[in-house]
Amino acid sequence: MAGEIIKVSGLVHRYGDFEAVRGISFTVEEGEVFSFLGPNGAGKSTAINVLTTLLRIQQGSARVAGFDVATEPARVRESIGIVFQEVTLDRDMTCREILEFHGCLYRMPYGERRKRIEELLAVVELDAKRDTLTKHLSGGMKRRLEIARGLMTRPKVLFLDEPTIGLDPQTRRRMWDYIKAVNEEGTTIFLTTHYMDEADQLSDRISIIDHGQIIATGRGWDLKNRLAEDVIYLETTDNGRSQEIVGAMEGVTEVKEKTNGFVVLVNQDGTHLLPRIMDEIRGQGIRIVTVNLKKPSMDDVFVHFTGRNLRDERAERPSAAIARAGSR
Amino acid sequence: MSVQSALPRQLQGQAAGDLMHFGFLTIYWRDMIRFVRFRTLLVSSLVQPALWMAFFGIAMSASFNRLTPDVPPIPGVPTIGYLTFMAAGVIAMTTLFTSLFGGMVLLFDKNWGLLREVMASPLPRDHVIFGIALSGMTKSFIQALIIMVFGMLLGAEFFRGYSAGEVAISVLGILLFVGIFSLGFLFLSAAIAISLESPEGMQGIMTLMTMPIFFASNALYPVNAFPPVLQAVSVGNPLTHLVNGIRYFAIGDRYQAIGVLYTITPSGLLFSLSVLVLFALAMFGLAWWRFQRAVVT
Repeated sequence: MAGEIIKVSGLVHRYGDFEAVRGISFTVEEGEVFSFLGPNGAGKSTAINVLTTLLRIQQGSARVAGFDVATEPARVRESIGIVFQEVTLDRDMTCREILEFHGCLYRMPYGERRKRIEELLAVVELDAKRDTLTKHLSGGMKRRLEIARGLMTRPKVLFLDEPTIGLDPQTRRRMWDYIKAVNEEGTTIFLTTHYMDEADQLSDRISIIDHGQIIATGRGWDLKNRLAEDVIYLETTDNGRSQEIVGAMEGVTEVKEKTNGFVVLVNQDGTHLLPRIMDEIRGQGIRIVTVNLKKPSMDDVFVHFTGRNLRDERAERPSAAIARAGSR
Repeated sequence: MSVQSALPRQLQGQAAGDLMHFGFLTIYWRDMIRFVRFRTLLVSSLVQPALWMAFFGIAMSASFNRLTPDVPPIPGVPTIGYLTFMAAGVIAMTTLFTSLFGGMVLLFDKNWGLLREVMASPLPRDHVIFGIALSGMTKSFIQALIIMVFGMLLGAEFFRGYSAGEVAISVLGILLFVGIFSLGFLFLSAAIAISLESPEGMQGIMTLMTMPIFFASNALYPVNAFPPVLQAVSVGNPLTHLVNGIRYFAIGDRYQAIGVLYTITPSGLLFSLSVLVLFALAMFGLAWWRFQRAVVT
């Protein structure tokens, strides 16, 4: 059974004068993994807080699991599970108590609670830790327990806000496996992340969000193809002339200057196009120093759609300042 | 798409079940777990009132008892020592402090992100208030009982000449007053906690409030010698009414202490109880209003 399980249109959210979310609209299909990919401060958490009814909706409309967040917040709450960005486990409670408390909050009957706790502790491989206080758990275990908690009430949609932030690479991979397994059981997953690989690995569809707006939405490969079929990197003895030559060729959609060379985005199979490009350049008496051909990554996609590199966000300012200083 | 029918059974018909909702017990259970597991808090909250009795009580009663023999006793009225007099005040004071700080846990929960789970759940918010208030009340009960027992071991003459049945009724009476009083201040404390961001700020407000409430009351000394303004304050002070109630049940309706005659009529007792009930209701209103507006993200 497929259908829209989340439907958002024209969502705007302001904190005072600051517009954190600036008119976003999207839908999430039942059973899929949907990601919001964007840098810190892009408006992801604000959007998730509105959808989970922690923030009152200000403008626009949003329906989650068939209920309106504005008029039926209690219904929405009953239908969703949430894993927050920060760890929100009581340090002085055991794993079992954490789940017990959650089940009670949602008024699960005693028998069902007990059964579900055992099931979930097994799923996230914490059965041996059931009576351990959460302060004695590792970071990965805490995250797993939180996922189990989010699933306690068999929600229709599980919201995961930056689920693997601060985890080591191995633990992250295991978390992804858990998330995939949960999704295969039929739970729709709404994920926010600023990790490209995470969005790429897990999601059926991705929305790139920046400055409170959705810039692009689609399947991972779709977004990459929209950018280019292939990405070619070249360094030559005369980059300026080479760029002119290549830019005029058929199949080339864009040429971008880089520090020592340039990048060519192509809309056809790069393995066939690359030899022709190299012939053209050599034909003008220019020597080619370096060649690289690759499929676009989510990083490339992100840079393309937002005009900046997610990871270089912090480094951008100082280097820009140095560049300005040097030009005086 | 029939989301409705796919919901777990117990979640349907929730509207009908709201009256039978004991969600506050969940909050209560969790807070009591914390109270018991957090050893320093547990031990200090149990030992602190006993220390008040042991040090302040003995020191003050030694001084007061040296002064009072000069005051001619009123004939036909039982005279009680200062330790007995102030033991009731220490119960009241401990209840005040414990209750005023009882909401602080919400502030920590909020700052640590723990409150988000609760706020994002379908649990109605007044249940959070009730749950926290109930656990604070339980703590006050435990402390009041400890002070009674410890005070009597030190020589406070509570329940003098009472039969076992009368003692039982008196203890229940004291707990009734302690309970309603503590609810009022726990509601107030919860309202402040949910409205503030920093524990330091809350600490400051609490300190500012405890001073006048504690000292403009009859907890440690008679109010008769107060200037009129301070006397008026003490009449409106819930702490005074709590102390009245405790003394009525623990000591009696007619006694003299520190040369002052105390009489509490049943209507006076009822008035004190009414003041506490009104105070608790008003504070619940305040807490409810603050919680409806609270945004926790």
